[in-house]
Amino acid sequence: MTPTSAPLSERAAEPVLEVRDLVKHYPLTGGGLIRRRTGAVRAVDGVSFRLGAGETLGVVGESGCGKSTLARLLVSLERPTAGQIRYRGEDITRLSGRALKAVRRNIQMVFQDPYTSLNPRMTVGDIVGEPYEIHPEVAPRGDRRRRVRELLEVVGLDPGHLNRYPHQFSGGQRQRIGIARGLALRPEIIVADEPVSALDVSVQAQVVNLLAGLQRRFGLAYVFIAHDLSVVRHISDRIGVMYLGRTVETGTDTQIYDHPTHPYTQALLSAVPVPDPAARDRRARILLSGDVPSPADPPSGCRFRTRCWKARERCAVEVPALAVPEAFRDGRTPARHPSACHFAEERRVVPAEGAA
Amino acid sequence: MLLDVQDLRVEFRTRDGIARAVNGVSYGVDAGETLAVLGESGSGKSVTAQAVMGILDTPPGRITGGRILFRGRDLLTLPEDARRAVRGAEMAMVFQDALSALNPVLTVGDQLAEMFTVHRGMSRRDARARAVELMDRVRIPAARQRAGQYPHQFSGGMRQRIMIAMAIALEPALIIADEPTTALDVTVQAQVMDLLAELRRETGTALVLITHDLGVVADVADRIAVMYAGRIVETAPVHDLYRAPAHPYTRGLLDSIPRLDRKGRELYAIKGLPPGLTALPAGCAFHPRCPRARDLCRTDEPPLFPVAGEGQVAGAGGDGRGAGDGGEARRAWDAGGAGGRRSACHFWRETLDDADISAAV
Repeated sequence: MTPTSAPLSERAAEPVLEVRDLVKHYPLTGGGLIRRRTGAVRAVDGVSFRLGAGETLGVVGESGCGKSTLARLLVSLERPTAGQIRYRGEDITRLSGRALKAVRRNIQMVFQDPYTSLNPRMTVGDIVGEPYEIHPEVAPRGDRRRRVRELLEVVGLDPGHLNRYPHQFSGGQRQRIGIARGLALRPEIIVADEPVSALDVSVQAQVVNLLAGLQRRFGLAYVFIAHDLSVVRHISDRIGVMYLGRTVETGTDTQIYDHPTHPYTQALLSAVPVPDPAARDRRARILLSGDVPSPADPPSGCRFRTRCWKARERCAVEVPALAVPEAFRDGRTPARHPSACHFAEERRVVPAEGAA
Repeated sequence: MLLDVQDLRVEFRTRDGIARAVNGVSYGVDAGETLAVLGESGSGKSVTAQAVMGILDTPPGRITGGRILFRGRDLLTLPEDARRAVRGAEMAMVFQDALSALNPVLTVGDQLAEMFTVHRGMSRRDARARAVELMDRVRIPAARQRAGQYPHQFSGGMRQRIMIAMAIALEPALIIADEPTTALDVTVQAQVMDLLAELRRETGTALVLITHDLGVVADVADRIAVMYAGRIVETAPVHDLYRAPAHPYTRGLLDSIPRLDRKGRELYAIKGLPPGLTALPAGCAFHPRCPRARDLCRTDEPPLFPVAGEGQVAGAGGDGRGAGDGGEARRAWDAGGAGGRRSACHFWRETLDDADISAAV
């Protein structure tokens, strides 16, 4: 993800989005009359990645790892404390006014909760057409109704339902409405924050397929943020694993899922229940102790060390860099991908396919 | 059989009419067994559990039929005070959302101790000591100090441990866990499921695990019952069901989940949406979404047919209707197909064959 460790991926063409050392700290203030700054929640603390055109980057991590803050930074809903977000080579973090508006058109968001992210008092037609109010240059006024109908059709909804309200739709259908709205301005990049987490399994598959189909059809690049590792593997070309505001490991889906080298990734993968009862006894579970530390007071050195079974003194003093570990630097092994661990080792935790 | 739910029916009065949430559900749990009840939202899995626990909101809910036999007694005919003595002491429940299930203005120590003062008539001091013991047992660090804290001061995983401590407090014979780990992160989920499994090994408690997660089921369950639109559509030993589902809905669910161990192409997606409970389709409730549906499915509601596995012949000629109220039907029910397999599909045989074919390819 850093320039020195550019992905082995063949599609490392000119990135549409490049993030460098992105940081977002939320100040903590003490009570009392004078709001003194007493510390900061280090929600995102040095994240870098590149996203190629038409590519999907999956971001996984547990609650509090900063993945949602990252999403909000990418679509300029929040301003970063430090670092750069380069869209087609231009840093957008300091833009404002018209320039920012132009960039926002190309980076759109799909939210997690289809129940609260749609205005209950607006019709579906108005919700999906609202982006045209803000960016009238995309569609002339007379053309908007037709465009909205087209969008509804593209996401698999009945264009005749234009005048209905969100509550008249199911969760999966509402998520389609949110996706249609995201597509309205024909963006290049869609940032999707847990877009299928609130949906039932049978409906989730429909929406995942829809997202994959739209990507092929419109050449979209996705930043797909989720906690469900199976969904992320399914949809992503490359994956970044986050822990407490940092990326701990990154690589292609095979590199991360079949050849993980960071202990946190290994623990995370081993904890995912696999829908195969025959795998029950063959799997080795890595059970982590304790909870994720507070991002307001992260551990020194490696942030994962307080829950890591490999931790030694070095981990407490030296922050491990996100780079290809020395042990794998020469080989042509799939373990050769960036991993922020002083003691990175390959360990297979997902049972091999079809062993059942 | 420890718990024997027979032909349970529950309705809700709503503005849009009568919602038939549970339409003749039968399942049984033996002592020490883990039964997973799998279903999507609105399938009736939680309502069934609430009826068993006796915590269904009535009104708007109403139990319109069936029996719930627990250790041979029909809970539905018990007076409320007798029911109360069963609840907590003999069967206990773990809820999904521990933060709203715990009392926010009482310390967790007090809430745990209450189990012993109310049900066992212990002194407050003894009860308090037992509460701390329990917190130790579910591996909450610094239990003595933390017993004085309030629920909001605990993390999600720790709160779920307190829920589990409360459930095991009186050593019940049955625990019903309704989506106990759905709100938790995967690493914490693994901790909590591990704790549940360990406690069950020690105490031999039976578990009814209500979930939508096919992965969690595969990890812990002995048997599984799949629910759809208020009915059980398939029930089987867990290995058999994953190897070869005998109902198109189960088959669809299994095919629609992305897998951790492989990179899929297109996911299979069950078309359409689950039906509204106020207007269930005639015949098989799944027929509007079923790739296998024929005329028969649109008119005749399929009973739970016994399913014969590989090479076996189905017993009882396929009439499993009535779900066993009486000796003979009961025995037929127990016999079921291979290992008590049943499927509410007119074409279970074809579905099973399909699965075998795709497994062989």
